[in-house]
Amino acid sequence: MNQIQTIGHRVSGGVRKVPTWPVYLLGLLPPVWLLYQGITGGLGVDPVKVMEHQLGLWALQLLLAGLCITPLMRFARLNLLKFRRAVGVLAFLYILFHLVVWLVLDIQLRWNEIWADIVKRPYITVGMAAFVLAMPLAATSWNGAVRRLGAATWGKLHQLTYVIVLLGAVHFIMQEKVWTIESLLYLGMAIGLIGLRLPKMLGRFRARSDQKLTPG
Amino acid sequence: MFKPFMPDLTAADVTPQSMWMNRRQLLAGGAAALAAGSIARPAQAEALAPNTLEEITSYNNFYEFGTGKSDPAKFAHMLTTSPWEIEINGMVDNPGTYPLQELIGGMDIEERIYRFRCVEAWSMVIPWNGFELNKVLEKVGVQAGAKYVAFETLVRPDEMPGQRGFRSNIEWPYREGLRLDEAMHPLTMMATGIYGEPMANQNGAPIRLVVPWKYGFKSIKSIVRISLVDQEPPTTWNMLQSSEYGFYSNVNPQVDHPRWSQASERVIGGGLFQQRKDTLMFNGYEEQVASLYDGMDLREFF
Repeated sequence: MNQIQTIGHRVSGGVRKVPTWPVYLLGLLPPVWLLYQGITGGLGVDPVKVMEHQLGLWALQLLLAGLCITPLMRFARLNLLKFRRAVGVLAFLYILFHLVVWLVLDIQLRWNEIWADIVKRPYITVGMAAFVLAMPLAATSWNGAVRRLGAATWGKLHQLTYVIVLLGAVHFIMQEKVWTIESLLYLGMAIGLIGLRLPKMLGRFRARSDQKLTPG
Repeated sequence: MFKPFMPDLTAADVTPQSMWMNRRQLLAGGAAALAAGSIARPAQAEALAPNTLEEITSYNNFYEFGTGKSDPAKFAHMLTTSPWEIEINGMVDNPGTYPLQELIGGMDIEERIYRFRCVEAWSMVIPWNGFELNKVLEKVGVQAGAKYVAFETLVRPDEMPGQRGFRSNIEWPYREGLRLDEAMHPLTMMATGIYGEPMANQNGAPIRLVVPWKYGFKSIKSIVRISLVDQEPPTTWNMLQSSEYGFYSNVNPQVDHPRWSQASERVIGGGLFQQRKDTLMFNGYEEQVASLYDGMDLREFF
């Protein structure tokens, strides 16, 4: 164990005693604060856009944070696994809020324009696809679902997270009018965090295809 | 009652700031028609309330200072706007580099309340102070072969942080252009102020273009060069993404931006629950400018 791992290991011991419900509670404070600021004029002259962008950015950050949990365990011995579901569920809620702000406050339920945007605008199509893919994950984020699906199937289903994060990062880049370092960094982080898992995934894939090739 | 806009107003006539802060309601359609030398009656008498100076000066796209909407308000104070010179060259009788005061000296400064529609589908109403661009062009003498007017914004990375290093993929200077008849149109103005105050740096001090029937990015800020040319000049957003930003970029609710609809717009200033509004053809200046594009397919020349 190196020094970081020693610290990680020690922190994990302390964290183990923390329940998960405060994570949900704390995680819901920022959107509430944002709404309050929006209503009271604290978000500048275009509060709708600020809310929309901020919720989307936070959702992307939460998705990336969720992807950090396994590598932290592997490389720093920091065990935050018990909070991974909370981070994932919060990320979904932020995506949902982001979508609701767009539908209700921004485009204001002009369904013709909404439908045209979803079908015709690639960046909205991509964002919408991420939301749709996130729905089954949110719906199976309870213990009963894991039992019913079986851990293996559940795990495979939740690998959709990788696709969702990539779509989210691409959606962020596509809605900007010019290339910016910030948006490229998010995509870089998403690719990096998924890349860390590639050797393992490829190994599993190879093992499986080897099995298939081996005559009985 | 508030006095409606008259084309012969001068800077001295502009309503003091204290008087319009809360109550101003103007007939912008009427103002535009008057501004155009009464070439047409107002298409619709629509009551328009200008945005507050705070709104106008805190929400800007001016990528020379950063890509965020609040970056210009944060960083534009670094810009030195005096002394200021504008080089006028190309197909003109009197080319040269003019100190700003020499160029605009003797111009009657009018106030004009125009709708301002950004290509990003938000809008404001802005009471500009300035004069018609055609007066500058008359002053320098446009030669017979000139067909287009090209404009450039200042390049000064020392004072414009967005121009340093890689902040965006824009190739400076910011460039814009108009066809000569668009430039000569009485609605097209050079603005030097807003609400009777000198132009704030983040709004394009000391002098900028205002073309109210085109998307906002056509209204180039902090101009240092004007060239009369016979070819359609390169323009910044068109250079970046020609499939999304055409040379004309007239406000047109029927021709969508590839990435978003242009059918409606978010009105800035009404808070979280402000109602969205349908975008008007040529931003509400159809009667005054539609004839400029007779016979043109506006889907092709977007």
